[in-house]
Amino acid sequence: MAQDQPQGHPDQAARGPRGVGVTLGRGPRQGAASHGGHPRGVGKSVTLPPFQSLLDAHAPDLHRFLVVAVGRHDGDDLFQETVISALRSYPGLRHADNLRGWLFTIAHRKVIDQARRRVRQPVPAADPPDVPQLDADTIVDAELWDAVRRLPPKQRSAVVQRYLLDRPYAEIAAVIGSSEDAARQNVRAGLQRLRQEVTR
Amino acid sequence: MNATNSANELRGRSDRRGLGPADGDDGDDLGTRLRRADTTDVAALVDATLRRADAEGLVDVGWVVEDTPVGPLTLAATLAGVVRIEFGGGEQVLEELASEVSPRIVRLPGRLDGVRRELEEYFAGRRRSFDVPVDRRLSRGYRRTVLEALSREVPYGRTVSYKELAERTGNPKASRAVGSAMATNPIPIVVPCHRVLRTGGALGGYGGGLDTKVWLLRHEGALLG
Repeated sequence: MAQDQPQGHPDQAARGPRGVGVTLGRGPRQGAASHGGHPRGVGKSVTLPPFQSLLDAHAPDLHRFLVVAVGRHDGDDLFQETVISALRSYPGLRHADNLRGWLFTIAHRKVIDQARRRVRQPVPAADPPDVPQLDADTIVDAELWDAVRRLPPKQRSAVVQRYLLDRPYAEIAAVIGSSEDAARQNVRAGLQRLRQEVTR
Repeated sequence: MNATNSANELRGRSDRRGLGPADGDDGDDLGTRLRRADTTDVAALVDATLRRADAEGLVDVGWVVEDTPVGPLTLAATLAGVVRIEFGGGEQVLEELASEVSPRIVRLPGRLDGVRRELEEYFAGRRRSFDVPVDRRLSRGYRRTVLEALSREVPYGRTVSYKELAERTGNPKASRAVGSAMATNPIPIVVPCHRVLRTGGALGGYGGGLDTKVWLLRHEGALLG
């Protein structure tokens, strides 16, 4: 339940019925009615922003995060699953605090689910490495990406959030569902392990 | 650079700085290099995702911006039909729809195929009335009654005064209310509020601008010169 709501908000009570206008604590929208316009919404309550605005703001980072975490092919799939899960629960959100963190939390959970599926059904060792785009610039980092993807999911999310997306530890903590200290520790441990793997 | 160099670079850094806390910029080169990985056309992936979401019934409002002879129009539709047409391509209308219909609003051109085609035909002079379903949920009460009467009773190429329209809804003294119904018409052009003028033929107002009102009336042959 708590994971269906953006992190960092005390109001984690049961979700309201789907599709019911969700009221938030922001002020009224401005702007005047015009001919060919239409009546304004009611006074002080504000609904969630258009889902499109989340996509506009976060889709590229969300995709980057997933591609680095699980590879190009699975990254595209998990991107679709993340967006669809998000759309499914969006109208039930009770506040709009940290919607970015909420999206990445869903994505992080998709990565963990996928890692669990992988444990149950290991991919054949003969599979070619899942490397995003083998041009001259990127091929050199195949080793690095492979190493990133071998990190445990929490470390993987933490490292990618920190170094690919430049997110603060508080936000990383929200995404991986841990304390800020634990987020810091996951980044540190992930980096350390990467160094060992890549320098081996 | 090759993999060995990357590795050396990483090792060099750790030699230099030790494996201390990751707070500094130790990993920034990692970010720079990983960022190059992302060459997908994310827009295309988003479009495909939204089509899939639509198939699963998860898109409450789909919209698109369409260029027309009277400028760009933002077209929006629910599963029930066209719910909103707005002159221009602004963000404001999306926020209004998010708060008044549903926040599950995304760009979904396919949802608007029907009305786009009919508008194209209308602007090309090949269509005189619109057949696409409309969703009138943004109009209520008397305003809705008036807009429905307008759609039903004032055909292409004809005009009516605010007062006449009030009379036709059995409310002859309500021309002011008719005026506000026109001013808040959520679906202009398809619901033809441009055909409503002041008594005596003065243009009155129009949300898309008076130039647009004149353009539409001339296009329909309702205004000469």
